[in-house]
Amino acid sequence: MIGFLFSLVAVLVLVGIALVGVGGLGLKVLFGVIIPYAAVLTFFAGLVYRVVDWARSPVPFRIPTTCGQEKSLAWIKPNKIDNPCSTGAVVLRMVLEVLTFRSLFRNMKLDYREGPKIRYSSEKFLWLFAIMFHWAFLVVIIRHMRFFTEPIALWLQTLEHLDGFMEVNLASFGVGLPTIQLSGLVLLGGVTLLLLRRIVIPTVRYISLAADWFPLFLITGICLTGILARYVVRVDVVKVKEMAMGLATFHPVVPDGISVWFYIHFFLVCVLFAYFPFSKLMHLAGVFLSPTRNLVNNSRAVRHVNPWSYPVKTHDYHEYEDDFREQMVEAGLPVEKTLEEAEAEKTAKETPAAPETQETEEKREE
Amino acid sequence: MDTKPEFKPGNFLYAGKASALETVGLPNPRDWSPTDDDWQLPADWKGIVHEGMAERLQRFRSFKLFMDVCVRCGACADKCHFFIGSGDPKNMPVLRAELIRSIYRGEFKTAGKILGKLAGGRKLTEDVIKEWFYYFFQCTECRRCSVFCPYGIDTAEITIIAREILNLIGCNIDWIASPVANCFMTGNHLGLKPHTFKENVEYLLDDIEEYVGVRIEPTFNRKGAEILFVTPSGDVFAEPGIFTFMGYLMLFDHIGLDYTWSTYASEGGNFGFFTSHEMMKRLNAKMYAEAKRLGVKWILGGECGHMWRVVHQYMNTLNGPADFLEQPISPLTGTRFENAAATKMVHITEFTADLIKNNKLKLDPSQNDHIIPTFHDSCNTSRGMGLLEEPRYVLNNVCNNFVDMAPQVIRENTFCCGSGSGLNAGEYLEMRLRGGLPRANAVKRVHEDHGVNMLSCVCAIDRAVFPALMDYWVPEVGVCGVSELVANALVMEGQGEREYNLRGEENPSYKPPAEDEASAEAGEEGEE
Repeated sequence: MIGFLFSLVAVLVLVGIALVGVGGLGLKVLFGVIIPYAAVLTFFAGLVYRVVDWARSPVPFRIPTTCGQEKSLAWIKPNKIDNPCSTGAVVLRMVLEVLTFRSLFRNMKLDYREGPKIRYSSEKFLWLFAIMFHWAFLVVIIRHMRFFTEPIALWLQTLEHLDGFMEVNLASFGVGLPTIQLSGLVLLGGVTLLLLRRIVIPTVRYISLAADWFPLFLITGICLTGILARYVVRVDVVKVKEMAMGLATFHPVVPDGISVWFYIHFFLVCVLFAYFPFSKLMHLAGVFLSPTRNLVNNSRAVRHVNPWSYPVKTHDYHEYEDDFREQMVEAGLPVEKTLEEAEAEKTAKETPAAPETQETEEKREE
Repeated sequence: MDTKPEFKPGNFLYAGKASALETVGLPNPRDWSPTDDDWQLPADWKGIVHEGMAERLQRFRSFKLFMDVCVRCGACADKCHFFIGSGDPKNMPVLRAELIRSIYRGEFKTAGKILGKLAGGRKLTEDVIKEWFYYFFQCTECRRCSVFCPYGIDTAEITIIAREILNLIGCNIDWIASPVANCFMTGNHLGLKPHTFKENVEYLLDDIEEYVGVRIEPTFNRKGAEILFVTPSGDVFAEPGIFTFMGYLMLFDHIGLDYTWSTYASEGGNFGFFTSHEMMKRLNAKMYAEAKRLGVKWILGGECGHMWRVVHQYMNTLNGPADFLEQPISPLTGTRFENAAATKMVHITEFTADLIKNNKLKLDPSQNDHIIPTFHDSCNTSRGMGLLEEPRYVLNNVCNNFVDMAPQVIRENTFCCGSGSGLNAGEYLEMRLRGGLPRANAVKRVHEDHGVNMLSCVCAIDRAVFPALMDYWVPEVGVCGVSELVANALVMEGQGEREYNLRGEENPSYKPPAEDEASAEAGEEGEE
C-alpha cells in the first residue's frame, strides 16, 4: 500500500515539476534540451553497464529448463523448441519467448473445489495484457521516429497508416480530429489492465513493490499526456518536430509556442529513460541472458566448461579400501591390496605421510 | 515480509549433526535446533553471508540475473506445490526469491541501502537467516516455476545458492548432512559398508530365486566389466525401491549384460547437490573415479530424479572430461547413445526403451494385467533433462493398462512429490503431505476415473515418499519403479511358475499353464 501511494504521488510530483518548471519558470532549455540529453545518455550508458555487469558473471553450468522431450534415441521425436538440441533451436526458443511470450502463454490458474480437489484451467489474461502492452509500446516508439527523421521513411508511413486504420470511421463524424492511432489506445488499455490486475488479484497485490507500481503509473502518465497533447490540447506538431530534429542532429533549438502539456509528456518520457537501466524494466535485456532459456540442452553430448572450477577434497577409493579392507576380503569382494600387502606397507611407513590424496586430486584435475 | 516463520513440529527439519559436518569439514559444527533462540552462528556470520553472496553473484550469472530481472508478474505464484498445499504466501516462488532479493537490494544496491523498505530492501539480521532456513528448506528445487516464468527465473537455482550460503554459517539439516557424510565415507547415503551392500543385494537375489525361480549371480567391484551400473542406494534398502532393484538384476541377467556393481560408487543420488556446488562435486567424483579404476567402457545409471539432474547437467562439467571412457553403445542392439557422447552415461529407461524397440526382451505384459499404472514424471528428469517419452514407451510395452494423468500435471508441468531435495525426513511429514497434495490430487483423479492402482516413477526419492503420500491422500494406490514393472513382464530363461510377484504377493494376473502338452514356457511365449 505504501509502495502504491508513494509511486502514485511520485508520478504526480514529476508532472508538477514539469508544469512548474516550464509553465511557471519557463525553463524550456532545461526541459527541452539538457534533461533529454542527460536521460538518453543515462539510458544507453546504464543499459550497457548493466548488461556488461551481468555478462561478467560466467555461466558455470549448463542449466536449461527443459520443457519437452530431449533428443535421445533416433526414433523418439524430440521437442526442438522447448528442449533445444542445437543453437538454431535455442534461437527459435528465444525468438518465440521474446516476440510471443511463450512461457506466459503456458500460464494456467488453479482453483480449489470441494476442499482439496484442485483443477487447473488455462489463464491467458496476463499473456494478453502483456502482449497488448509490449507490442503497442513498440509501435508507439517506432511511430515517434517520425519526429526525429526527415524525410520520413516509407515503411514508417506505412506503419502509421496501418496504425491509424480507424481514420475513415472517425472522419465521417467530421469533427476534424487527428487520425486516431490504435497503438496509443492499446497501450493505454494494456497498462491500465496490468495495473488493475495488480490491484485486483490478491496474490499479485501482495507481492507488488513500489518498483512495480512506479513504472505502471509513469507509463500511464506518459500515455495520458501523450493522448492529451495529440487529441485535446492539439500541440503544434510542426514545432515539436523542429525541436526533435534539433535534438537528433545535435543542433538543439527550443521553439516558442509549444504547449506545456508536451513538456510534461516529454519529461515523463525522459524520466522513464533515465530510470530504465536501474529498474526491473531491465528484463528487456535480461531475458536474452537467462541461462535457463538460452542454452542448448546437450550437456551429456558436449562438455560444458566451468571457468572457475577448482580441485576439491574427495575420499578416494584407496582411502575407502583402507577403511574397509578386512570386511571386503571377508565378504569376498576384490581388493587392490591384500591384507598382508596393506599391513606391510603400513609398517614400512612408520612416519605419517599421506601424499595419496594429493596425487589423485591432481590426476582428477588433468 | 514482516511475518516471522513459526517453527512447529511438522514444519521444520532437524538441524545437521555436528559429527556429520565434521566428517566432511563443513563450517560451524555444533548441536542446535531451529527452535532454539540462539542458533550459535559464528561471530562474524554477517560478514560471511555478505561475502558469500558477493562471491556467488560474481560466479553465477543465473543468480545475479535472477536477483535483477523479476517483474513480479505473479505467473509463478500458484505453480509451487508448497504454496498450493500450505497457502503460505512466502511459498510463492516470487516471494521465496524476494527473501534473498530483499537482502541483495538492502545490502548491495544503493537505492535499497538508502530507501530501505520502499525500494524493497532490508537489512541482514538473524531473523532473516531463520526465515531463509525455514523457506529454502521448504523448496524442493523442482523448477516448475521456471517453466512458467517469462524470463526463466529458476527458484531451484536461487534455493541452491541460498542453501550454499546457509551452509557457510552451519545452518543445514540433518536429513541432508548425514547422508552427505555417509556418502563421503562409505560411498552411499545410507552408510552401507561394502560387505553390507553386497549382503543386501544377496537378500534380493534370494527373493528373486524364491519368486521367479532363477538364481542370478551379479559381480561387485569387478575390473574389466563393460559397464558400471550406478543407482541410488535407497533402492537396495527399503520397499518399494528394492523391487525396482530386483528389476535391474533380472533385466541385466535376462540380456546377459557384462556389467558390475560397485560398493564404492554405490550411490547414484547426490545430496551434495542440496548442500553446495562444491559438495556435489566431491560426492559425484566417485562415479568417474570408479569407472576409471575398474576400466569399464561406460556407465549405466538407474532410476533417480536429482541424480539425473546432476549426471545430465553437471557431472561432466564437475568431474570430466571422461576421456578414459568410450561413447556408450548398447552391446545388444548396437545403438550408439549420441546424446551421451561426452558424459558417457546412459539412463536405464533410455537403455530399456532401446532394448524393447529392438525386440531384445522377451516380455509378457499380461503379467501386469491387474495393475493399472499411471506415471509420475520426476521434476529433475522432466525439467532438467527431458526424459518424457522413454518411460511411457517402456510402460506401454510392459503393461496393457497404462493411463496418463492430465496434461497440466505431467511432463514439464509435473508436480513434485513434495519431498525432493533432501526434505524427505520423518519429522517433516506434515509439510511433505501438504507439498504432495497437487500430485496426490492428480493421482486421485485417475484413480477415480480409470481405476488407477499404481503410481509408477523413475526416482528413488519418489519411491521412498509416495507410499506415505498415497496412504494419506489416495489409499489403494501403490507405488513402484518402472523397472519393477519391466521385471514383472520379463520372461526369464528357466524361470519357474510366476505365481508370486517380486513383492512375494500372489500375482492375480498369473495364469496356470494349460493342461495340454504345452509347457509353461511355451504358453507364456504364445501370449506375447
